[in-house]
Amino acid sequence: MFVNQFLFLAAVLFCIGVYGVVARKNAVLMLMSIELILNSVNINLLTFALRNGSTDGHTFALYIIAVAAAEVGVGLGLVLLVYRNKKTISVDDLSEMRG
Amino acid sequence: MIIAALRVVTTNNVVHAALWLVVVLAGAAAQYILLAAEFVAVTQVLVYIGAVMVLFLFGTMLTRARIGTESDLNNSYKKLGIPVALVMLVAMGVALLGSFGDEKLPQTDTVVSTQEISDQIFGPYLLPFWALSFVLLAAVVGAIVLARKD
Repeated sequence: MFVNQFLFLAAVLFCIGVYGVVARKNAVLMLMSIELILNSVNINLLTFALRNGSTDGHTFALYIIAVAAAEVGVGLGLVLLVYRNKKTISVDDLSEMRG
Repeated sequence: MIIAALRVVTTNNVVHAALWLVVVLAGAAAQYILLAAEFVAVTQVLVYIGAVMVLFLFGTMLTRARIGTESDLNNSYKKLGIPVALVMLVAMGVALLGSFGDEKLPQTDTVVSTQEISDQIFGPYLLPFWALSFVLLAAVVGAIVLARKD
């Protein structure tokens, strides 16, 4: 197995996730794109853990999974609050903080 | 898996996007097993496919009046996002090809055991583990406070 086959998969997933964050308007779909990005980072970490023969990458990957779970929980709580107050979750309509 | 990822960011149905995300996450778990990381793969299945997907589907259910195809999920930067993503992909691809070429991963017969990972977590990485515990506690409290009817 080549190192690059995993790294390229991670790079493609990362770019798809970035495209999703840029192109999506729905806040829930933006959170899903962020999940894609975090998973690509995990693939990278585990690839280098295997390449260098260490287990540090596994620990980091587990921490990233935990932080992502917390992030989704808080993010969906925020989305829910925004929806309750404004009846929309389109991020283009949230322009109160525009200067 | 890449096709599923593309469907996540292009489909016009939020529930379909969530279900395609399940395919992507399961594929990522398979990659982790290929990379001899079975504990991380199991955690991925439990946490992501088990918990995070339920959260996403609940979020979809609570924030949308109807389940079905919607046409206004993308914003006006949609066309701009494609060249941005392609430029990033080309840059990363050139860097990866230049750095690693056709280097192969070492062949191992043993997977990284859970014991080694726990020795890492409760040894040198104990302080981040504590910090992560507080992050999770704060997230739980924050989510309850945010979602509470007051």
